[in-house]
Amino acid sequence: MIEHLELFFKSIFIDNMVFAVFLGMCSYLAVSKKVSTAVGLGAAVIFVLGVTVPLNWLLDQYLLKDGALVWLGPEYADYDLSFLSFILFIATIATMVQLVEIVVEKFSPSLYNSLGIFLPLIAVNCAILGGSLFMQARDIPNLGLALNYGVSSGIGWFLAILAIAAIREKIRYSNVPAPLRGLGITFIITGLMGIGFQSFGGMLTGDNEPPEEQTSTTVEAKDEKEIKKELEDKEKTVSYNKVINK
Amino acid sequence: MALLSKKDSKLILDPLADNNPITIQVLGICSALAITAELKASVVMALSVLFVLGAGNVVISLMRNIIPSKIRIIVQLVVVATLVIIVDQVLKAFAYELSKTLSVFVGLIITNCIIMGRFEAFALGNGPWKSFLDGIGNAAGYGIILVIVGFFRELLGSGTLFGFKVLGDPVTKTGLYSIGYENNGFMIIPPAALIVVGIIIWVQRSRNRTLIEEA
Repeated sequence: MIEHLELFFKSIFIDNMVFAVFLGMCSYLAVSKKVSTAVGLGAAVIFVLGVTVPLNWLLDQYLLKDGALVWLGPEYADYDLSFLSFILFIATIATMVQLVEIVVEKFSPSLYNSLGIFLPLIAVNCAILGGSLFMQARDIPNLGLALNYGVSSGIGWFLAILAIAAIREKIRYSNVPAPLRGLGITFIITGLMGIGFQSFGGMLTGDNEPPEEQTSTTVEAKDEKEIKKELEDKEKTVSYNKVINK
Repeated sequence: MALLSKKDSKLILDPLADNNPITIQVLGICSALAITAELKASVVMALSVLFVLGAGNVVISLMRNIIPSKIRIIVQLVVVATLVIIVDQVLKAFAYELSKTLSVFVGLIITNCIIMGRFEAFALGNGPWKSFLDGIGNAAGYGIILVIVGFFRELLGSGTLFGFKVLGDPVTKTGLYSIGYENNGFMIIPPAALIVVGIIIWVQRSRNRTLIEEA
């Protein structure tokens, strides 16, 4: 349970799709002019990530990983098909998006009207493929966590696009220097929001009680790349904690 | 240039500045920002995109008359994915360390909007030679921004370029560091890339006022 909660908050705030790894920036910048459309796209992203990440987890686990084919028989244990993961992941995503579009159109026309136009756009949204690739790179251990990771990354993305759309609606009334208007100021605001989100980095590592520590190290030992990236941050938080403890 | 007609060279030169894929068309930002903390990674990323976009544009352009328009997205994705797998395997074989730093972002070239954008907007309607030039031009425009951002982030953030300590050694206090210069750790964190790109857009639009957006 605790690892679910941890992954949930980690994916929303610390490894936020937009602010920490810049995924889905294209649609983030293009569709964030109005709050209502931003909400539609955000919801569609949560939905599609929630479907494709677990699906690709299964593919990765039983088809692509080094030795994943062992369930076919011991003679298949040496196969490593992981070089195929790009093409299989993107094929899964494109098919799923198409399938979801058809199903939603058939069973819930009202949902289709609000999400429908965004679905084709999503097939090529980097956040979706990125979700699957990060799931693979971080070795998410089981299907439940994969589902959790997909949904919570989607929520993180949703939050980001909602926030920027709200800011852009307001900033229309401000006197922004002409060359910065539109794209430029959006970039800079996103950067500032990203710096704000960096402060969440201490959220999970901040607690030094032994039982907490154990769970957090098991989760974090798995994503070495992540650690490399956040080394700077952690150093800061560690020294920060020391100051606080004193 | 004798080799290229005026129209052809326009295909290459336009995306470098006034129709830049990143700052004007707003394509391909996703992977552009995350890997620019080091100049080396930026250059490799730019070259990978150059290869994928140049080759992909030619392939799509050659197949443009036989692709049914209903399934063209899937066909395009398959072509890109194949090219990206080639890039990924080559990187893993010859530059393993670098492919670790780039991690998932090589894979994300597949969904780099710049590639699908050029396929849709150009390769599906033009011949292979023109598409090739367009692909090279756009990838170069993308690469230029990547290299500029990478240059400033690495220089100001770590005081190095391509890993060489150009500003002196921060530990032994040589070079600039001897007079009290400090690295700006702010440039290393991801959001700094956004701000650097924002400033590039600012500079570019101040120089060419026709690019300014309304509202």
